[in-house]
Amino acid sequence: MKQRVILHSDMNNFYASVECAHRPEMRGKPVAVGGDEELRHGIVLAKNYIAKATGIRTGEALWQARQKCPGLLVLPPNYPLYLKYAKFARQIYADYTSQIEPFGLDEAWLDVSGEDGIRVANEIRSRFKRELGVTASVGVSYNKIFAKLGSDIKKPDATTLISQSNFKSVAWPLPVEELLYVGRATKTKLHRIGITTIGDLAATPAPLLHSLFGKVGDVLFTFANGLDDSPVMQMDEESLIKSVGNSTTTPRDLTCNEDVKITLFVLCESVCARMREHGFLGRTVAISIRDNALFRFERQCKLNRPSHISREIADAAMRLFSENYSWPRPVRSIGVRCTDLIPSSMPLQLSVFTNEQQRQKQEALDKAVDEVRRRFGHFSIQRACMLADKPLGGINPKGDHIIHPVGFFKDGMVK
Amino acid sequence: MIERRYENENKVYVKVAVVFYPNGRLEPIAFWWENAQRYRIDRVLDVCRAASLKAGGTGMRYTCMVRGHQTYLFFEEDRWFMERR
Repeated sequence: MKQRVILHSDMNNFYASVECAHRPEMRGKPVAVGGDEELRHGIVLAKNYIAKATGIRTGEALWQARQKCPGLLVLPPNYPLYLKYAKFARQIYADYTSQIEPFGLDEAWLDVSGEDGIRVANEIRSRFKRELGVTASVGVSYNKIFAKLGSDIKKPDATTLISQSNFKSVAWPLPVEELLYVGRATKTKLHRIGITTIGDLAATPAPLLHSLFGKVGDVLFTFANGLDDSPVMQMDEESLIKSVGNSTTTPRDLTCNEDVKITLFVLCESVCARMREHGFLGRTVAISIRDNALFRFERQCKLNRPSHISREIADAAMRLFSENYSWPRPVRSIGVRCTDLIPSSMPLQLSVFTNEQQRQKQEALDKAVDEVRRRFGHFSIQRACMLADKPLGGINPKGDHIIHPVGFFKDGMVK
Repeated sequence: MIERRYENENKVYVKVAVVFYPNGRLEPIAFWWENAQRYRIDRVLDVCRAASLKAGGTGMRYTCMVRGHQTYLFFEEDRWFMERR
């Protein structure tokens, strides 16, 4: 097979760069984009290089960031603007290939096989600067993993080549945690057995990694040796929705089942409204819980009947919660996700054991609520339970949270 | 969620007269500067997407000849702006 040419483009300090591109008065000053502190979303989402130089890290609390950098300008996020820039970037990519796989808003893989990768990378970078006023780092390689690694090596505004002839000298000396899918836990485990660089990982026998990490071990071996052959998806393939989810850090810690119920209903309504909008039914419901000590876990269950009825999904989520949480600590954030989606137009086996008429009524009710909200606004109609606690019930995840994190294995790790 | 728009003193939103041709092309023919004075655009030399470093933001940038001087006119989605000199 002919060698592929794959680029990974990573827009530097994306949110902060877009803000500075739009607000010349911010340039030359330390800038961070941060969440709303009153709503307890007060963390650093992005920062520019001047702020970075003071040691500020993405994800840390804004008060910590201000301590490190007293003159820090903290700007609230302007997501619609960032989405627009992501679209502009995609328009530029589309001039070179139709194989574009976005990874979050600010990153994307491009398959430009047959072209001179470095030339395309440099051209994309210079167009970003000229047309959008932001910079990108681009990795050029023969597989997606090394391309991504390459885009992290030199920042900002640089092209890095990791080829089959230089990967042992460029990629292998890097710390192992630079590799996609080596998170904190995996890193600790790898360090324990003396694996600290990507080269060490590549030299470790695959069966040993498998015995330690299972499937992930095989994947890590493949990644480290540059053997990943996963394709760059076509733009339209990528847009296939695999799951619909919403999560929120609540305005105050949740301390009882009633609090959780309100929040779950809010989230499930948003998830179900989006499933209805896109014409899906979910067959699996998953919840994720993070307590106030930031311990996080996820649980999921199958539904008896595929559904996008808010009450059914919320009941399943609530059941999962009460079966799996005994309140060792208050809950800080909570998420609901529906996966295993099928088109709602698919013919379904009806059941004699459920009240189909009742389900149809519920569905009609949900759709009516969607319509009322579309015409008169989200808060024009609400469940009574949401009025019991206005701050909790007053979250509108469908309208507020438009950016959802993505994973590399969108289909799960079945290879 | 609605996009927040930023303004600064170097970004001057202006009134522009535009001709829309049947093929979809559009051509600015005049603009009114802050003092309400009308300036005729003699010729459009170039059109491309560009970021405005001085005023901030990005848009379709029209390089125009106006009274013997070259100047930029930016079409930013639904508004036109110019950079203060």
